[in-house]
Amino acid sequence: MAVSPFPLVFGLDTFGDVTHDEGDRPLSHAQTIRNLVDQGVLADQVGLDFFGIGEHHTDDFPLSAADVVLAAIAARTARIHVGSAVTVLSSDDPVRVFQRYSTLNAVSSGRAEVILGRGSSIESFPLFGYDLADYENLFEEKVDLFAELLKGEPVTWQGKTRPSLDNQDVVPHTESGPFPVWVGVGGSPQSVLRAARYGFSLMLAIIGGSPARFAPFSQLFSQALESVGRDALPVGVHSPGHVAATDEQAREEFWPRYLEVIRRVSETRGFAIPTEESFRFEIGPQGALYVGSAETVAQKIAQNLTVLGANRFDLKYGMGGLSHEALMTNIELYGTQVVPRVRELLSRSQDG
Amino acid sequence: MERDGDLPRIAVFGAGHVGPVIARVAVDASYDVTIAASAEPERIALITELLIPGAEPRWAADAAAEADVVVLSIPIHKFAAFDPALVAGKVVVDAMNYWPPVDGVQELFEGRRYGSSEIVQQHLDRSMVVKTLNQIGYHDLEDQRRPAGSAERRALGVASDDSGALDLVAEIVERVGYDAVRLDSLSAGRLLEPGAPVFGASLGRSQFERALLVEAA
Repeated sequence: MAVSPFPLVFGLDTFGDVTHDEGDRPLSHAQTIRNLVDQGVLADQVGLDFFGIGEHHTDDFPLSAADVVLAAIAARTARIHVGSAVTVLSSDDPVRVFQRYSTLNAVSSGRAEVILGRGSSIESFPLFGYDLADYENLFEEKVDLFAELLKGEPVTWQGKTRPSLDNQDVVPHTESGPFPVWVGVGGSPQSVLRAARYGFSLMLAIIGGSPARFAPFSQLFSQALESVGRDALPVGVHSPGHVAATDEQAREEFWPRYLEVIRRVSETRGFAIPTEESFRFEIGPQGALYVGSAETVAQKIAQNLTVLGANRFDLKYGMGGLSHEALMTNIELYGTQVVPRVRELLSRSQDG
Repeated sequence: MERDGDLPRIAVFGAGHVGPVIARVAVDASYDVTIAASAEPERIALITELLIPGAEPRWAADAAAEADVVVLSIPIHKFAAFDPALVAGKVVVDAMNYWPPVDGVQELFEGRRYGSSEIVQQHLDRSMVVKTLNQIGYHDLEDQRRPAGSAERRALGVASDDSGALDLVAEIVERVGYDAVRLDSLSAGRLLEPGAPVFGASLGRSQFERALLVEAA
């Protein structure tokens, strides 16, 4: 895979998993959200480029209004980009999504980003009265409208999933063109083609199995962009993980929480509960989880960015039940040790 | 990979998450493979070229006409509108699952009297339906293949009401890289559905058979 021509970007994503106190009691949603703002501020302080919040609507993941939290983080920072990871566009109104993120872009002086996708959970569909069976149609139409809105001109649009717009000015206008938009792709090549068609960047969501199997997706993206006459665009990777002082500590902190979270998700999603063996595979060199010391995690990120021809890595940190303090340590280690080490490894491999 | 002219020809329907992976492992196992989506083959030409080198994109009708085995890996909500005539006389692998929390409620598959593949068979009444490849994650299907005899080889259940179709598809599963555990009816194939102990689980043949027995008891 060719080395990406784009600058390296390192971010953090969270689903706002409810954290626990030292007595292993869950914190309130409100406290979890206030802690999340502190986590975003720390991410900026340790030099990270992006902080993303994934929209969810459950007791375990109470981040249903990510943009409000992102605005609070933006108000206390000056450099870090803030965005959704992801916005479940299919069950939202593209006009409102544009308005909220254009407002965030104004508040943050041009630091807003949006990652569109289905996300790992689907509770927003029944909540807002959408049928999951309509997912593809909803996404296709709403991406189309969202792309129109980003152009910044009055929009004329017709579709089946929301009322038409006739030469409608949608505000606030952005100061300097559209904010960056990504499409999160979990395995559907059709989504890769869609991202290329609209000129959105590609975010590969790799949450299980071998990351290398996504390498053809980067090639597909690059060729699809070429076939529609567009310039190359950035490719990012989003994967879960946890960084601690040692490999052992990271594993011991993360595994019981991961097992419990996946066990609960499995009940509604029907898939297998991880075993210690499957977990060992996932945190090993061939798996999708980035759990370990700064050195272990950095080696794996450097390896996979190269394999995937990607220039951006977003670590999905946190797992329900971990403490706020453990997450702050994770963020600090990621920013101060993992990222500089990845940069070093990649510049060395390029020199070589 | 050299094609083997004696092997059944496989058409994969669906170019979403699952179809290209099934097509790729079939190409690796030396099968002659075509892939079709709901529209013209040109639309999936790039996907085929880069993700499934060795396979051919086709219109669904052409792919089915040329194939011995058709793999259905389409979104299950599209199945109600699927034309049974397309696959009449063919062995059809049903790789789909019905799981309302993920797919939404589908009227055709509601009611717990029949398994989802029994309903697929009722709808495709001139085809021989085989349930398999539904119980392994699409991201595992490629990674977890192992040669026959490997201690790590994972088992997959294969269920059909038609013994000839069952043999044919079990052979494909074996050749792709999994131990095929046969269930002699689609009704028994309900043990392979989401929520069942073997669904998504990485089990060797004996563990898999034991899990089925416990569940059936």
